[in-house]
Amino acid sequence: MSHAAPAATAHYTSMGLDSRKMGFWAFIGSECLLFGSLISTYLVYQGRSVSGPTPSEILNIPVTSISTFDLLMSSLWMVLALAAVQRGDMKWAKVWLLGVAIGGAIFIGFQIYEFSSFVREGLTLQANLFGCTFFILTGTHGAHVTVGVLWMLTLWYRAMRGKLGPEHAMTVEIAGLYWHFVDVVWIVIFTLVYLLHK
Amino acid sequence: MSEATGLKSWLTTTDHKRIGKLYFWTAFVFFLLGGFEALLIRAQLAKPDNTLISADTYNQLFTMHGTTMVFMALMPLAAAFFNYIVPLQIGARDVAFPRLNAFSYWVFLLGALFMNASWLLPHHPAPDGGWFGYATLTERQFNPGPNIDFWLLGLQILGIASLAAGFNFIVTILNLRAPGMKMMRLPVFSWMTLVTSFLMITAFPVITVALVFLMFDRVFGTHFYLPQAGGDPVLWQHLFWLFGHPEVYILILPAMGVVSEVLPTFSRKPLFGYTVVVYSGVLIGFMGWGVWSHHMFSVGLGPIADSVFALTTMLIAIPTGVKIFNWLATLWGGQIRLTTAMCFALGFIALFTIGGLSGVTHAAPPADLQQTDTYYVVAHFHYVLFGGTMMGLFAGMYYWWPKMTGRLLSERLGLVHFWLMFIGMNLTFFPMHFIGLLGMPRRIYTYSHDLGVDSMNLLSSIGAGLLGLGMIVFVFNMWRTRRHGAVAGPNPWDGATLEWSIPSPPPVHNFDVIPTVTSRLPLWDAPPKPVPPPGHIHVPAGSWWPMVAAAGLPVMALAPLTHTVWIVFVGAAILLYGIYRWAYEPFEV
Repeated sequence: MSHAAPAATAHYTSMGLDSRKMGFWAFIGSECLLFGSLISTYLVYQGRSVSGPTPSEILNIPVTSISTFDLLMSSLWMVLALAAVQRGDMKWAKVWLLGVAIGGAIFIGFQIYEFSSFVREGLTLQANLFGCTFFILTGTHGAHVTVGVLWMLTLWYRAMRGKLGPEHAMTVEIAGLYWHFVDVVWIVIFTLVYLLHK
Repeated sequence: MSEATGLKSWLTTTDHKRIGKLYFWTAFVFFLLGGFEALLIRAQLAKPDNTLISADTYNQLFTMHGTTMVFMALMPLAAAFFNYIVPLQIGARDVAFPRLNAFSYWVFLLGALFMNASWLLPHHPAPDGGWFGYATLTERQFNPGPNIDFWLLGLQILGIASLAAGFNFIVTILNLRAPGMKMMRLPVFSWMTLVTSFLMITAFPVITVALVFLMFDRVFGTHFYLPQAGGDPVLWQHLFWLFGHPEVYILILPAMGVVSEVLPTFSRKPLFGYTVVVYSGVLIGFMGWGVWSHHMFSVGLGPIADSVFALTTMLIAIPTGVKIFNWLATLWGGQIRLTTAMCFALGFIALFTIGGLSGVTHAAPPADLQQTDTYYVVAHFHYVLFGGTMMGLFAGMYYWWPKMTGRLLSERLGLVHFWLMFIGMNLTFFPMHFIGLLGMPRRIYTYSHDLGVDSMNLLSSIGAGLLGLGMIVFVFNMWRTRRHGAVAGPNPWDGATLEWSIPSPPPVHNFDVIPTVTSRLPLWDAPPKPVPPPGHIHVPAGSWWPMVAAAGLPVMALAPLTHTVWIVFVGAAILLYGIYRWAYEPFEV
């Protein structure tokens, strides 16, 4: 993948790996501990709410399956966007980058719908331990998706103005690392919170 | 190549050496502030039933003393050396991300100022829940003022500074080594910086989550730590100490790195068992994650958990002990020069060993139950953090001062400083072992004459006075050195590592020609040959945007503090604006 980056922009590094990419992998490692702590707290507090509503009363698995599918597809578009940038096909790069941003925005839309319908049904942040842990965990993930959408829109905007080309493949690759990571985190959350709910 | 001067050049600097100096002076001022708070505590405890300081103010003093020393003095003093020394030791022209480095510093400064601003408000609502801020004591119900808000928001900001520094130094050390500088040729200080950086990027997310929960409990009425809604205060303890114990190693490993540089230089011998010292440090980094519940034996986690954590705690003493024996073996048969730096390094070994041994006594849960919350614990961790970390950092200050300023600190004043610190430290903290075992609880603003600990407490307070005196001598020494210090030259101590191969202070670009390394001790094994001066060397220009981006964080923190939602958007806008300008300004590393 990385062979597409032209030598002109590459600095000498001891490990032969781009420094920004290495730094970003360290960031992702750090983020694993962040989500790990949030998910652990959710699991530790599972079933310990002293009042309702409970997860089985309120979670809407079919609707969330749709948004999960949408987020998974956006990861595919991210792969296509990076491939297009690397081969210098900026027309399709623009299409896929915008696709990723829209895919992320749709996911956020679903989350807004989900949160507001939960609140209408009585599950607020303060309602019980399920509310506390659910909203903080999925909210933190949603905030990450929002940052990702802003990032993709920025790349798309730069591509539209002709300021993003194959020489910036590493920039797009790092944005892709972030996007895929946020997607993987969602797969864990969807499995543990929605599919395996108690 | 001349260096820009003036205020703007410091505010926009991305030079690791300048950022190192900024870290040093900022952290040193906070060290003096934390020390002043400690002196007030010792003044209050000098005699029984004292009324010098009220109980409320006392709570604030011990909370801010601990928080300041850990997050605003010791960590950033170590970071000052990471910044200044590591790129020089590995043969680099700067860190991997110079602007991220500047961002770390400004976030640290603003976070520290944010938390300490609480002293200046009417009725000085400074944090008062202890440095480990146990829920439910820190919940709104029991602590309705803004005190804890200042603490939890300030810590979140400071955590971001540590995270950014961690990413930067991991990449710098792994990726910016000079040709031939293999990992097993890295100076031990750089190695310990690497391990510390990994601990920082893994430990700080955990405390961030703990603090976010507490913030939501206090501001939005969630129930993370509230038992009446099914929440569990012990969750806070787990999350805090899951961070807190790696944090202990974040504080001690850099000092171990400094000592591993100073001892070989002043024994004129390679470090004994370099490989084992390095692997012990890495092992400590891993094992540091498996001992946290020894802070929680009194919670009652059950016999299995207690036994497991007792065992892991005793196990972690092994790599630590291995290092101590390696340092001692380094001295064996060496040509020892008792410079001030060497004295502090030797003091480190002696005092850290005492602290380590009393630490092993906490590892046995039945003994720990007698020690928990008494002055015995205070004695233990001051032997580790003052006798250990601070002695190590002082050794680093005397060792690298000539490199950073071009002038040597006075050895005569240095030895006065050392003996005042060494005697004062033992006088202050050794009696606390007995005070604690006799039953005096920590964190209580006074004690009764009937407890029978009057004279030992007075002795301890006199010791604290000696420490204060020692710091005055040190400050005078630094001030005096500016004009009257002997000119150092590139290698005043006959050191073996790359930082001693270049002028003191180093030029902006550090190395005229990036050296090629062929051994672990390049200056002893192959003295540098004169190289022809190079042509133009690119040095990155400064940038305003790290500081602008950093300024967004304390603004965002004002929102939960004042319960005003819109402020968070102002802060986020400043942060985003800074990041975008940063990302798209012309800046070539």
